[in-house]
Amino acid sequence: MNEPSHAVVSYRIFIAVWLLLLALTAVTVAVSRVHLGALNIWAALGIASLKSALVIFFFMHLKYEQRIFKIFLLITLVTLALFIGLTFFDVLYR
Amino acid sequence: MNDSGPPHPHQDDTGAKLGMWLFLYTEVLLFGGLFILYAVYLQRYPREFAAAAGELNLALGTANTVILLTGSLLVALSVSAIGRGNCGPAQGLLWGGAATGVLFLANKYIEWSAEIGHGIYPGSPALAQRPPGENVFFGLYYITLGLHGLHVLIGSILLAVMAVMTANGSIRRDRFVVLENSGLYWHLVDLVWIFIFPLYYLLL
Amino acid sequence: MTQPTTANAASRGFLTEGGKYPGLLGWIFSTDHKRIGLLYMYSVLAFFLVGVTLGVIIRLELIAPGETIVSAQTYNALFTVHGVIMIFLFIIPGFPAIFGNLFLPIHIGANDVAFPRLNLFSWWLYMAAAALILISLFTGGGPPDTGWTFYVPFSAQTTTNVPLAAFGAFVLGFSSILTGINFVTTVHRLRAPGVYWGRLTLFVWSLYATAWVQILATPMLAITLVLLILERLLGAGLFDPGSGGDPIMFQHLFWIYSHPAVYIMVLPAMGIVSDIIPVFARKPVFGYWAIAFSSIGIASAGSLVWGHHMFVSGMSDMAILVFSLLTFIVAIPSAVKVFNWVATLYKGSISLDPPMLFALTFIFLFSIGGLTGLILGSAATDVHVHDTNFVVGHFHYVMFGGTGFAFFGAMHYWFPKIYGRMYHKKVATLAWGIMFTGFNILYFSMMILGLRGMPRRYYDYLPEYTDLNRVATVGSWILVAGLLLMFVNLIRGARHGAEAGGNPWGGLTLEWTLPSPPPAENFATIPVVDHGPYDYDRVSPPHE
Repeated sequence: MNEPSHAVVSYRIFIAVWLLLLALTAVTVAVSRVHLGALNIWAALGIASLKSALVIFFFMHLKYEQRIFKIFLLITLVTLALFIGLTFFDVLYR
Repeated sequence: MNDSGPPHPHQDDTGAKLGMWLFLYTEVLLFGGLFILYAVYLQRYPREFAAAAGELNLALGTANTVILLTGSLLVALSVSAIGRGNCGPAQGLLWGGAATGVLFLANKYIEWSAEIGHGIYPGSPALAQRPPGENVFFGLYYITLGLHGLHVLIGSILLAVMAVMTANGSIRRDRFVVLENSGLYWHLVDLVWIFIFPLYYLLL
Repeated sequence: MTQPTTANAASRGFLTEGGKYPGLLGWIFSTDHKRIGLLYMYSVLAFFLVGVTLGVIIRLELIAPGETIVSAQTYNALFTVHGVIMIFLFIIPGFPAIFGNLFLPIHIGANDVAFPRLNLFSWWLYMAAAALILISLFTGGGPPDTGWTFYVPFSAQTTTNVPLAAFGAFVLGFSSILTGINFVTTVHRLRAPGVYWGRLTLFVWSLYATAWVQILATPMLAITLVLLILERLLGAGLFDPGSGGDPIMFQHLFWIYSHPAVYIMVLPAMGIVSDIIPVFARKPVFGYWAIAFSSIGIASAGSLVWGHHMFVSGMSDMAILVFSLLTFIVAIPSAVKVFNWVATLYKGSISLDPPMLFALTFIFLFSIGGLTGLILGSAATDVHVHDTNFVVGHFHYVMFGGTGFAFFGAMHYWFPKIYGRMYHKKVATLAWGIMFTGFNILYFSMMILGLRGMPRRYYDYLPEYTDLNRVATVGSWILVAGLLLMFVNLIRGARHGAEAGGNPWGGLTLEWTLPSPPPAENFATIPVVDHGPYDYDRVSPPHE
């Protein structure tokens, strides 16, 4: 029953990811201080998504898990996106 | 359950992790409801949101981001350490992870005390005087960050329990799925914050 | 398979064996999925009877215009608590937690669910939540009077005990989520050798789809209720237009859960109907994959149609258009199921035993409920009939006529497996006939009343509605008489019924290979399955 589900990731990879996350934090703070209009929020969300992807795939080991784990993540994100999107059919056109 | 015996023959670590991920998705949708509200009200009150966000303490918010990211790193490292059988370092890393949670909450306490001192809290008379959009911003701010803070607290306690379990040998190289799952929970706390931080502290 | 078809007299399978503790403790601390299923059954049915009683009182009040037996405030509390109990305490946990727990692991050849202790914990959460809801009736400002939907602004202002009842519903959501997580993990991880996805029973498929809805939609209810409670405690004003909030957003969040919740209620019912029909028609199910995927289709599409509860809320016209369109799409997988059931019956060797009668009734009543749903799903007609008794009649056709009758069908189908004894079949058929008659008299009258303009949730009405209201009230008495007869028959059967044998109906699914009642540890050795659950064309049922 136990598939090789305990991939041991090297310390070095985790530290590299952490440094990348800190750098992205600095970038998102810097970008937010520049006025880009509506672009600001999308830039912030874009960087946040990138950071989450790093956390999910490395810190949370998703990269090393079976495919079904990734499919479940996709289902969840699509569901949440649809919930938000459909709500906006009301909010944007009211 | 016998803590020192061999792994249970029916133990299904992949199943346990699958269940944990499913639980995390329910958490994602729980916070998702708050993010829906945020998105709707941001669309309605962009100026008020920006004005209110400017009053938050960016320095403390950034510090807390760094703290949580570091906490995530420590826990990820502890899982790798256990996977190599290094129980001693793993234990230290877990205590470190729990400490980041405490540090985060301490910052939060300082931050909220100052804000509440200025009369900014849900339902406060000072907020009632302000434009409605700012009232909604701070209402969402307190509820979202409060709920997140509760998760930080639970996560820290979990990490402390994991450290103790590592110390007494319940978590070992051949059986540490409970640590992996607690780590997953801790990373989720970090994930939620990764979105909270720009949406509340960095809005202009 | 081994031969003994009935457990010996001394040991009645899981009913008497297993559990670390003796007596009642051996049940309430048991991690055996079958015992937990029965715990749920007894507790859920107890609340069902409370809900029925409240419903009968509501109907009694409506027997004549004006105040008859209860005041307006009591009436408001009655329909609120009737709704809260029937929805949160009966029909949502009804199928997954009772029959899912009892038979999902057996259907896939497993000895238990993936997380047995979590399973027990979710029953404890259910009981704790039920206690909270009961306490909310007698403390604070008295029983909530908002309707089960807890709409703001009224729910944020009423002096009745909304926060505690809402917190109870929150905890129930937790219980439901844990069941969902357990089932998805179980289906993915614990299928026996040979039980690949194409050999899952359609009941398991429907539970799998349901579990996903439980996982992904229930958190929305949780956050909605938390926000409502905080609104009352802190007054953040997130739904208060005076403070910049938007009450329609409460309705969005509420229905993002509560519409998919309808599919938590009805999908497993469709699943059991799909399992009963081939057994009593002695034919392979027609369109296995169509039925299986229509469950997934209903779960997916059904999660995107919540806005059709809000056509007259002040939502944008664009949203009305989109949600109305999406609503019609749900009719497609639902119709796929109905056509496949009918096609399964075609040229079958049909025996009209009680479970089959209930299953056929499901198709009939659910079709009426579904088709009247289209009237409500189309925005133009909805404007005329919303908030009338038509809506009440419609959802009782779906929920009671559909899920309720399927629930009774499941009880009659699995009863001999659970207790090892058989109820009196003629009495069961008679009870079915009485309930079917009473049901239609009651709820069809309500639909006509609604079309004539009688609003829902009013304890009083204009004199011209008197006749049909009387008819409906009489219908409720007939329905209750049938219900009582059914329960008496089942209780008698469980105690004194004839030994049922391992496979009284000639089913091909795995539970029928076990003795009745099943042993505490379902399978002595994990079975290797070499045929599908409905292969009547190439396998003959075990123990016949």
